[in-house]
Amino acid sequence: MRGGVAIVGGVGHAKFGRRTDATLGELAWEAVKEALEDARLDQKDIQYFVVGNAGGWSAESLPAVIVGEYCGLNPRGGAMRVEAACASGSAALYNAYLAVASGMADIAMAIGVEKMYESPTPTVVEFIGRAGNYFWEFENFGLTFPGYYALYMTAYMNRFGATEEDFCKVAVKNHYYGSMNPKAQFYGLRITVDQCLKSRYVAWPIKLYDSSPITDGAAAVILASEELARKITDTPVWIRSVGVATGTANLSKRPDFIGLDAAYQAAEQAFKRVGIEHRDTWKYFDVADVHDCFTIAEVMAYEDLGFVERGMGIQLVRSEQTYKGGLIPVNLDGGLKAKGHPIGGLRALVWLLR
Amino acid sequence: MVMSLEAKYEEFWRQSIKQLNDVVKATGGLPIAPPDEKGQYSLWYDVRELRLRYSISVERIKKFFEGLREGKVYATKCRRCGRYYFPPPQADCPYCKASDMDWVEISGDGELLTYTIINTKPLTYSHYPDYIVAIARMREGFNVLAWLRVDDPKKVRVGMKVRLQVVKREPEGYLTYEFVPAEQ
Ligand SMILES: [Zn+2]
Repeated sequence: MRGGVAIVGGVGHAKFGRRTDATLGELAWEAVKEALEDARLDQKDIQYFVVGNAGGWSAESLPAVIVGEYCGLNPRGGAMRVEAACASGSAALYNAYLAVASGMADIAMAIGVEKMYESPTPTVVEFIGRAGNYFWEFENFGLTFPGYYALYMTAYMNRFGATEEDFCKVAVKNHYYGSMNPKAQFYGLRITVDQCLKSRYVAWPIKLYDSSPITDGAAAVILASEELARKITDTPVWIRSVGVATGTANLSKRPDFIGLDAAYQAAEQAFKRVGIEHRDTWKYFDVADVHDCFTIAEVMAYEDLGFVERGMGIQLVRSEQTYKGGLIPVNLDGGLKAKGHPIGGLRALVWLLR
Repeated sequence: MVMSLEAKYEEFWRQSIKQLNDVVKATGGLPIAPPDEKGQYSLWYDVRELRLRYSISVERIKKFFEGLREGKVYATKCRRCGRYYFPPPQADCPYCKASDMDWVEISGDGELLTYTIINTKPLTYSHYPDYIVAIARMREGFNVLAWLRVDDPKKVRVGMKVRLQVVKREPEGYLTYEFVPAEQ
């Protein structure tokens, strides 16, 4: 593969959770150190690095330079922060990918870090609520992050006859896998459908147990060009294809509320690059990591990514086809739901093509 | 009863300053709270406080706010391509690369596409009772997002007819818009 880009073993992951024991720099360092050691590389080998972080709730308002300094990565790279809301970590990965793919860097590092527990919960709720169009949807109507997805869940339930119980099954699955992940915020904690159904509403019909938690966390990955990747490791993980797309800031501008068009469009691009048809795509993948900030998000992702037809995602949940051994195992790390959701944090999304 | 924004807000900030003062006094000069029984680690209580309140430019869409005073909700419509803009009522049409807009009153008749009830509220909304945020498709073909005012949230249904109206948001007393059921 010419101009190929690979993740070269270098994957670092701080324990997610309420990490009030560590500063932003210390938390990032946990991940960066592990990534460097994993790839047997040194800071001087990293020609470019980029930091995914949403911020606002944490004291350091320009965190990229803080992270670069603490981790000994400066002056290489531009110490740039990238922000794409909950996709900030993926945006950092995309940015590092572009650096390597374009030939501007042979080895690049993407870091995602977030310290959300530096502010009280009502302030965090306020910050994420302002993440859409501040003036037209927050200033007067106080939408919250769960509120955004609740608008989708109401519409999806109404259109396809899905129930709150169905969605709780997604939470149960992700907690099941998260309980086995020592890096997960809810390590060791499984839940039942009943517990989920009895949890309080945060934005009807979304309940506390439909929601990912407030999380501190960090992760880092090292990418290398094709030539160097083979020298660094015997088992490079090739990034075969990527796609990016953007929806509207104003939720009201979306044509419907049963899927995320931006996710569909991004998948379309990624599939096109490798010549995959955007339907029954489950057959091309062994495993998938999808965005599950809320249970409805995971179900819509099944459909936007083309695993199944629109409206059939909930059937995958009912028949437990997204567990290991099923049609398409999803979020075996516990997902954002159980592993934790540091907004700008990074989860290495490694899709293994069959 | 709705507690005033000021009271709720001031109480929130007062508590955090009190916490800071208490811990500085208790530790003989360090704003560091000791670890607690819930597994919280030692935390430095920030001595500096940042309160933000922005000044937002509305000069080019003043007509929209004048409309609220007359009980009207205005959208803009591009004179060249006919596209509606709301929200916001854009002053520019990026597709025509022109700023040749008409101000048109929104009909107000809509059909509910989806809704939610905000139970866990942001800090600056903490003085309101739980509120319904709804999105409706208006007769003109575009959507509007606003609060839906009903007596009984259990009677709200996707597909129900709603009307957009200008209201005063209390306790602040400023003009905004919201939905009410059409048959009311
Ligand atoms: Zn136009």
